[in-house]
Amino acid sequence: MEVFLQQLINGITLGSIYGLIALGYTMVFGIIGMVNFAHGDVFMVSVFIALIALLILTTWLGISSIALTLFVMLVVAMVFTSLVNWVIERVAYRPLRGSFRLAPLISAIGMSIFLSNFVQVTQGPRNKSTSPLVQGEFALFTRNDFQVTLPYKYLIIWVVTAVLLGCFWYLVAKTSLGRAQRACEQDQKMAALVGVDVDRTISATFVIAAALAAIAGTMYLMNYGVVSFADGFVPGVKAFTAAVLGGIGSLPGAVIGGLLIGLIETMWSNYVSIDYKDVAAFSVLAITLIFLPQGLFGRPDVEKV
Amino acid sequence: MAAHAPKTRVDVGRALKDAGLTALLAFGLFLPLIGFLTVQDFNNNLVLTTRWPLLFSVVAVIAVGRLAYSLVLAPWLAARAQRPVAATPPAWRAFVGRWFTPFAIGFVLVYPPFVILTAGWGGAVKWLDNFGIQVLIYIMLGWGLNIVVGLAGLLDLGYVAFYAVGAYSYALFAKEFGLSFWILLPIAGILASFWGVLLGFPVLRLRGDYLAIVTLAFGEIVRIVLINFVDLTNGYAGISSIPRPTFFGIPFTANDDGFAAVFGLEFTPVYRTIFLYYVILGLALLTAFVTVRLRRLPVGRAWEALREDEIACRSLGINTTNTKLTAFAMGAMFAGFAGSFFAARQGFISPDSFTFMESASIVAIVVLGGMGSQIGVAIAAIAMIGGTEIMRDLDFLKHIFGPTFDPTQYRMLLFGFAMVLIMIWKPRGLISTRDPSVFLKERKTISSDLVGEGRG
Repeated sequence: MEVFLQQLINGITLGSIYGLIALGYTMVFGIIGMVNFAHGDVFMVSVFIALIALLILTTWLGISSIALTLFVMLVVAMVFTSLVNWVIERVAYRPLRGSFRLAPLISAIGMSIFLSNFVQVTQGPRNKSTSPLVQGEFALFTRNDFQVTLPYKYLIIWVVTAVLLGCFWYLVAKTSLGRAQRACEQDQKMAALVGVDVDRTISATFVIAAALAAIAGTMYLMNYGVVSFADGFVPGVKAFTAAVLGGIGSLPGAVIGGLLIGLIETMWSNYVSIDYKDVAAFSVLAITLIFLPQGLFGRPDVEKV
Repeated sequence: MAAHAPKTRVDVGRALKDAGLTALLAFGLFLPLIGFLTVQDFNNNLVLTTRWPLLFSVVAVIAVGRLAYSLVLAPWLAARAQRPVAATPPAWRAFVGRWFTPFAIGFVLVYPPFVILTAGWGGAVKWLDNFGIQVLIYIMLGWGLNIVVGLAGLLDLGYVAFYAVGAYSYALFAKEFGLSFWILLPIAGILASFWGVLLGFPVLRLRGDYLAIVTLAFGEIVRIVLINFVDLTNGYAGISSIPRPTFFGIPFTANDDGFAAVFGLEFTPVYRTIFLYYVILGLALLTAFVTVRLRRLPVGRAWEALREDEIACRSLGINTTNTKLTAFAMGAMFAGFAGSFFAARQGFISPDSFTFMESASIVAIVVLGGMGSQIGVAIAAIAMIGGTEIMRDLDFLKHIFGPTFDPTQYRMLLFGFAMVLIMIWKPRGLISTRDPSVFLKERKTISSDLVGEGRG
């Protein structure tokens, strides 16, 4: 019971990070119907940007306030990652819009290879580790010599994720940009006819997706403190699994799918086998797609001739 | 583009403004990752160093490139788009199309003696091994995957799993039971195609991107099992000292019963390389030949029909389940052959050789070459794999960029970049015309732009 509770806390933390990345997949898929293969690597790039911001703040400027450091890291990571994703969309995906179906996917795979190798070449192949930014924890209770704890950094992850998800929900549900996005999702031609700037809306979607990935990246850095150029692929695939599990195209589905994948992974590592923890996520992906292709919250895909 | 009025004058002011904006964008883009470098200091703490000169030179190169594009290249492209396209392709193209395949086959057959004559016995190994064998393995894998992706239209991102099955079956059977390469080659193929059917079964209902992601997941699962099933596969450490193939029982060793001694030649390791070259050449040509013949059989026609329209296929009474499974099985079989050849050639295999990157490279070769086109796939494999191999030899770049410059680091970087560029330039691949396997009166080459979009 105590172990289960502790794993629940760990799982929700991991799941929040997956959920944030999954939102990027699901938004992009919803609007242009393509699996943005490079999204995991965009996430990895955002971790590096957050790391560089952290080093500038702590080693150069000597700022000791944790709240200020985290805030600046978040903002810097969001701004620069958004710029990266905006350029990627302009350069690698926009020329291929409306082209042959596999072309954007191959372009995205190429972009993914490019991004991870770009970081490897510019920042070196070794793991980058920092000292933990936030230490300390709440001791919730102790039973059978097992202390259930809630580290402060987990709490920060929960709060930041919840607050920024709230802002994001407001953006999509209440603003004209969100309305334009939902319109483009339904029918791009029709949206263009009623005066929605489709190109701008798609660009905005990529920017938002990157900003969410950057939040996940900053939280990831704060939580683990280690990153390498190859760290984009596996979180990317798991977040994609989360998006599929929740029903691709569905925004609440992505968040809930992310939490579920986080929980499944931590429970699996604890109770079954830590070596095969990635197999758990991949199997969930395969099983969902085979038996429940529309996911938990997705609309069934109607095939028309 | 063609709808616009022809531009005669180049707007220099606009081009300058454009280049300035691009420079600003590039500055923002590369500021974090090129401007700063995170390094471990002596106390193992991360510290930052800056690389302003590098950052500014990259930005300058991009700005100048953009300026050159808008001043020179863009007007030239616009002028070219204005020119009317000839109704019939020029005669030289038909000539090349007619004679390319016989010439290419002739060339690869005489390649080893040609290399030995030009580079000598010592230098030939590199050219035969790195360029000949390495490229041929990828050509064969590309042709094998071409059956699944190009003909049947099923995007498989986990193809490397079958390659791994072939490699591990050869390695384990050869080490445990001492069976020879020629017996194990078909066994590896059969095992791989068995796995192809096994993994193909659950994904029959999926299509398009979903199919791609699930096959990716399967490929990764196979790799994770190879890593963690230590009792069988020895995990990360891999399997070493795998028996090498023999020349009909004669090993390529310096011993008295070795190949060189038996034929009264002076011993050199090049013989084995030449032998391996011809083996993989034979296997690759077999793949191509079988594919060409299969396209004319009912099953091959069913594959191509499936690629074009699955619903129409089903309503015409084609069993889509069997059609898809045979495609998976055939594709996997050739990957199994290639895998067992790979294990025999390397003498060592580990899960590191079977990462998602490999699958992505093979898919890239097939798509960049033009799905379904055998020649296109071969050209793409030569360009992408041979091109990245050449990167290893560019030592003269050290004189330009300084002695610490290591061109091999940039191989995959350029590979990814090339994938994006070729997709933008030719989304349908290098050779995008389709040669119909069924025709009414005369065979006509159709531009793929006119072919209906497959949704498989």
